[in-house]
Formats: sequence, structure tokens, C-alpha cells
Amino acid sequence: MQKVIKVGMADLQVVEEPHILTTLGLGSCVGIALYDKQKKIAGLAHIMLPSSTQIKNNSNLAKFADTAIDLLIKEMVKRGASTARLKAKITGGAQMFSFGNNGGDLMKIGYRNVIATKEILELYKIDILAEDTGGNHGRTIEFYSETGDLLVKTIGFGLKTI
Amino acid sequence: MPTMTFTIEDLNNLHLDVLREIGNIGSGNAASALAKMINKRIDMDVPIVQILAFEDVAAILGGEEMVVAGIYFEVEGDITGNIMFLLDIASSKILTSILMGREDGSEELDEMDRSALQEVGNILSGSYISSLSALTGLKIKLSVPSLCIDMAGAILSVPAIQFSQTSDKIVLIETLLKEGSNQVKGNFFLIPDSKSFDKLLQSLGVYS
Repeated sequence: MQKVIKVGMADLQVVEEPHILTTLGLGSCVGIALYDKQKKIAGLAHIMLPSSTQIKNNSNLAKFADTAIDLLIKEMVKRGASTARLKAKITGGAQMFSFGNNGGDLMKIGYRNVIATKEILELYKIDILAEDTGGNHGRTIEFYSETGDLLVKTIGFGLKTI
Repeated sequence: MPTMTFTIEDLNNLHLDVLREIGNIGSGNAASALAKMINKRIDMDVPIVQILAFEDVAAILGGEEMVVAGIYFEVEGDITGNIMFLLDIASSKILTSILMGREDGSEELDEMDRSALQEVGNILSGSYISSLSALTGLKIKLSVPSLCIDMAGAILSVPAIQFSQTSDKIVLIETLLKEGSNQVKGNFFLIPDSKSFDKLLQSLGVYS
């Protein structure tokens, strides 16, 4: 039976066909979806911050782009995926609030999360097939292990599959 | 005095009592500010003060995908950080209807409503901050408000990210305001930077 597995904030999960991964209400965080098409293995990480190296409180590996991607790949390889076959789709990284000209670092965190995610994926030589990032709205995503499709739902900004 | 850094996990009952008191006075001020604004009687329940893990916050608001209105401020002065005033969409509509003198609270929010909501968020948050300021003697200033109406999870990701750098817990003051049969539930989140958190508790005289 097809199951829908929820990925919380600072969390990551891996499923095999036919299961679905979902994360609800993604804001400035980034959802990193990795897929091995041949084995139909899907992994999804919901990261909050760009880097584990800039912060003391870093025991939760799924919280940071660098450590989460590393762990996600390891977990997928454990299930039989191959790093060389992995492709990525990324979403989120919105700026929910704006404060005129000076936003400060916190306000740009969504953008920084996206940049960091891309840099780390590049290090692992994982291509990004599609992205729906930035903007100022939230996203709920569903990641299908059968097809590698990523469904993005929003409030007032429609619905799309990337 | 120990030199250890204070984290939100170390909050004891005494701290909670003080925060509750701030919530109480702040909510009282907020209710009278609102009453003045709409020229109607506003009643208030005793606020509930909670320390929560972030994953539980969205659940309180009805789930990550529930549409809510968040009004976000930067805090400057003796302490720095952010505060957020959060209303579920039903409360937002009731509140704007009261402000705009409409009977029905079911209409979609237009630009005027959004601006009114931002303003009322401003007044209510200012009430909490002035009670905090009065009790601590700290100078606290608020930035202009920024409003976002979207999924609770997405809106909460902003304070969650900020808090995640020190802890995974937040302080929530939940206030129920009543005007006649209308009920407006306001959720006030206090998000001081880690250094400011120490300062805040020290100023309250409950640093142990």
C-alpha cells in the first residue's frame, strides 16, 4: 500500500516505490529532493540553515544544507541508490517577510539556504533538474518515488509539478 | 554568578511566572488599546504562556498548512530579536470586520483589511513590548510591522530558523480577546536573540 511519509522541519526521509514523501508549509527552509530513477528511491530533506560550521548547536544533521545532503545521500546509498545516478529538485527558500531596504541576514536566510544547497549539490556533482525557489510565499510539496515528480502547492500561487 | 549561557530549556517555573505576568499585563494593555480603537468593550481571558517546541506550534494553530496572518517585527534597543503576532484567518477576518464596522466576518481580506491588520498588530505588539519594557526597565523599540498571510508552517519557519540557532523552543503568549460574541485569538511570540535572553531574565531579577 502506498504510504505518505511526512518530513518535518530539520528532518529527512528516504522511501522506495511506491511511497510518497511530503513536507508541509515550507517557508524560508529548503526542501531538497533527491531521486535515483533506476532504483526508484526518493529522498527528501527539509533544511533550515545553510551551514553546520557557523553554529554551535549543530547536533541535528538534518537541519543544515551541508550535513543534511551528506546524510541523505548516505541513507539513499544504504537503500541501494547510487550517488552517480542521483538527480535533485529543490524548492522553498522564500522570503516571507520584508522590512523595506534593510532586511538583515535573517531576512535573506531563504536565499542563503538556496545558494548553499546548490553549492553542496555541485560538490557532490548532483544535477538540479528543476527548482521552484524564492518568492514570498509558502509551499507544500509532495515527492513521488514512482516518477520523481515533485508537486508544489501554494496559497494563491497555484499548483505545479516540477 | 555562573558564566554559563542561559538557554530557553533552563527556564524554570519562576521564569514562566514572570513571563506569564508580562503576558497578562501586555494582553491587558493590548485589550484596552483595541477597545479604545474600536470604541467597544473588549474582554480578555487570562493568557496562556507556554514554552513550545517548534513542531508543536503549527499544530496549535491548526496544522502547517492552515492559513494564518503573521505580523513580524524586529526588536531593537537594550535587547534585540524579533516578535511575531499571529492570528488565524478567522480571527483576522473578525478583527478587520470589527475595525471596518462590517457585520459579516466572512469576506476575503482586501488591501485595506491587510493594512488595518498590520496596524492593529502594531498596536497590540506595542502593548506587549511596553509592558515588557516597564517591568524590566529595558529600552525596547519595534521596527515597522511586516505582514504575511500564508501557511502557518511557512510563516513560522522565519522565527523557527532564527531560534534554531540557539534552541528549538519558543515562548508563546496566547491571548483570547472577546468583543460581544466575537472571539479573537492572538498568539504572541517572543523571540529574543540568545544574548538578549540572558539580559531579559537578568532584568527581571530571576536569573538563577
